[in-house]
Amino acid sequence: MADLTTDFVGIKSPNPFWLASAPPTDKEYNVRRAFDAGWGGVVWKTLGAEGPPVVNVNGPRYGVIHGADRRVLGINNIELITDRPLEVNLEEMARVKADYPDRALIASIMVPCEEQAWRDILSRVQETNADGIELNFGCPHGMAERGMGSAVGQVPEYIEMVVRWCKAYYDRPVIVKLTPNITDIRKPAQAAKNGGADAVSLINTINSITSVDLDMMAPQPTIDGKGTHGGYCGPAVKPIAMNMVAEIARDPATYGMPISGIGGIGTWRDAAEFMALGCGNVQVCTAAMTYGFKIVAEMKSGLSQWMDEKGYASTADFVGMAVPNVTDWQYLNLNYVAKAQIDQDKCISCGRCYAACEDTSHQAIAMSPDRTFSVIDEECVACNLCVDVCPVDDCITMIAMTPGSIDPRTGKEVLKEYANWTTHPNNPGAVAAE
Amino acid sequence: MTSVTAPGITAGRLSADALAEAFGDLHAPLDPHEVRVAADRCYFCYDAPCVTACPTDIDIPLFIRQIATGTPEAAARTIFEQNILGGMCARVCPTEDLCEGACVRELAEGKPVEIGRLQRHATDTLMARQGHPFTRAPATGKRIAVVGAGPAGLSCAHRLAMLGHDVTIHEARPKPGGLNEYGIAAYKSTDDFAAREAAWLMQIGGIAIQTGSALGDGLTVDGLVADFDAVFLAVGLGGVNALGAAGDDHASVNDAVNFIADLRQAGDLADIAVGRHVVVIGGGMTAVDAAVQSKLLGAESVTIAYRRDRDRMGASRYEQDLAASHGVRIMFNVQPHAIHDGEIELEYTADTGTGLSGTGETIRLSADQVFRAIGQTLTTDGGLTIADRKIAVTGAGRTTRTGVWAGGDCAQGGDDLTVTAVAQGRDAAMDIHAALVGDA
Repeated sequence: MADLTTDFVGIKSPNPFWLASAPPTDKEYNVRRAFDAGWGGVVWKTLGAEGPPVVNVNGPRYGVIHGADRRVLGINNIELITDRPLEVNLEEMARVKADYPDRALIASIMVPCEEQAWRDILSRVQETNADGIELNFGCPHGMAERGMGSAVGQVPEYIEMVVRWCKAYYDRPVIVKLTPNITDIRKPAQAAKNGGADAVSLINTINSITSVDLDMMAPQPTIDGKGTHGGYCGPAVKPIAMNMVAEIARDPATYGMPISGIGGIGTWRDAAEFMALGCGNVQVCTAAMTYGFKIVAEMKSGLSQWMDEKGYASTADFVGMAVPNVTDWQYLNLNYVAKAQIDQDKCISCGRCYAACEDTSHQAIAMSPDRTFSVIDEECVACNLCVDVCPVDDCITMIAMTPGSIDPRTGKEVLKEYANWTTHPNNPGAVAAE
Repeated sequence: MTSVTAPGITAGRLSADALAEAFGDLHAPLDPHEVRVAADRCYFCYDAPCVTACPTDIDIPLFIRQIATGTPEAAARTIFEQNILGGMCARVCPTEDLCEGACVRELAEGKPVEIGRLQRHATDTLMARQGHPFTRAPATGKRIAVVGAGPAGLSCAHRLAMLGHDVTIHEARPKPGGLNEYGIAAYKSTDDFAAREAAWLMQIGGIAIQTGSALGDGLTVDGLVADFDAVFLAVGLGGVNALGAAGDDHASVNDAVNFIADLRQAGDLADIAVGRHVVVIGGGMTAVDAAVQSKLLGAESVTIAYRRDRDRMGASRYEQDLAASHGVRIMFNVQPHAIHDGEIELEYTADTGTGLSGTGETIRLSADQVFRAIGQTLTTDGGLTIADRKIAVTGAGRTTRTGVWAGGDCAQGGDDLTVTAVAQGRDAAMDIHAALVGDA
């Protein structure tokens, strides 16, 4: 049985599955339920400065994108940081940590970019015995208008400055949560590292309008006829999050920096993918908000089974293993040739591959009068669209051509040698191969 | 009230409440959540097999997508453009043999998309919320006679009216609808749907209907040809085949189609008499409709006796299972040998390779009531050429006589289904239109 115990920047947890700072972690009651359900750690809902707490809207806070059968693909929210008094949150955190000493408890913090404000709250957080802090430089709605959240995360200099304060006034790990609402995610990550951060976590939510009410002519969620952009999360954002994680993981300036992966993680497989791209652990929110805390049982059993099958004794064994295989387009092997292949036993003859290829791709699928669909190798560029739209798993697969064989599309031999764009004759800037 | 064990043929075996429940919708309408879930399952196949399997070529993936995106009225229009009786077809089509049988999810999972019920959702929605969805083209001045207001006649009349022609329908019965009104099980057409649908269809305008007007009764094909620019015959099959067994004229023997018609027209189901022990001879949909409804009326035992094996049975497997689920026993390879008082004597049959013949072995079943459901026959040929015991047609229902078209059960070909009749009526209308005004 694989060991799921995780040591993330010195913070130990029985498994790599943490709940992200969000509505599910807003108070003691929820967090106790989460720990009882088996979550390895919790990042408490973001704390604000002492004083009157923020207020939330009293109408809908969430918008949603559904897939078939109303499956939640993405949720956006306009909820702010905790709207409960700081003192209450701190007391609850201390109690929960004392009762669940083996679980990770992280305080998420968002206060104005003033040194004293950070100094004040850090001393309070220290008293809770939380295992570390996460700086909320990510929330893109509401608080950003007040110069906090993503407004800080979008300015690397501010990130570095605040991290330095935190490292000066707090002696446990400092994690910086990054906003994806930025052009180049590497810059804020570098700033965090320069400031001395122990880790980054990403992504926070993406600026979004999920839908428009066509009767009210207003974005949703709608508050008395008006809407505002919210933060988007859930399965729909996973590809964006993983790219950003990979960018940081393979950037020489931040290479090796611990990353806590966030963004659309709902299954053990999602988690394993983030971890393969360099995340030491993962944080989950939307999936828990959709199905409840129990999903962690599947995540633990699934990851454990997969690790056993692969022979990984601990999570550290595979963290970052996919990073070397993330490269730039220009280094992809242009001599690699694949062709789609349709398993006729699995095919249910829906013809979606045909429609997709015929209308929008390369006319590389033939359809017979009896609805047999077959690939025309002479036309197939291996674009993978047929695989993507096929409703049956593994019915259409991409088969690599053997070097030495002739590609019927080009009439040229498939070469064994690796060759990329940098040396391609069509590239005006090509460097002649030695 | 009597009871299921009361002897002989008697009415009121069940209470009014029990009857009302028994004869409720076979498939209740989908509720909004069910609609959403069912519609989401459609894969929007290319050149979809369900469409190919539909005799009226309804663009099923398109209408389901229209439902899924919240526009059931547009979905209904997609359906009605191909099949103006799409509401009834959603209720009575043997979808398991047609669209749903061809659905790729039937192949993939054994669970097809519920096309029939989705179609009902769309058509019910439009019929409830809007008036008639189509308007007539400018008047052509052409007049067409349609004989028979069943599915083929109504479909043809509607399409002709839409194209700008004036249509007169001659219908022998008091009400339009044909088998939709008189010939299918009540639980497939609840709340007087057949009559409501016919009335809704007529809202297109330009269709006059003369009920109580049948061929032969002073109405002749010659006369219609002389008076109209074109004639469409959709008279159905008015006769019922005889049993060919001793006792065919026994008082206990009746035609299943009459039983079904009486049942459909009954103001109160408690007035319909049914035997304690019922035997239905035949193997088609009519046999199943008569058998199941006998059971629903309170018959103690109901048996369908079919002379061939299961594979040859005209009723679909779904219909057979429906009968079985209501407690109807289906006997295969038996044919009527003799009718006795209170009993029927059946003889086992065997396929000798050259045909079916009795084995000599017989079995007696209690039978207070015996229904003939062994097929219907054409009762009037209108002086037209006959092929396969039906009016000979080529192309889109052209008979051998110029200016006369035929469709539905009375015409050669087709599966004797409502949906086939609708397709034939529609296609004949398009052909009549082309013949009368050209393609312009």
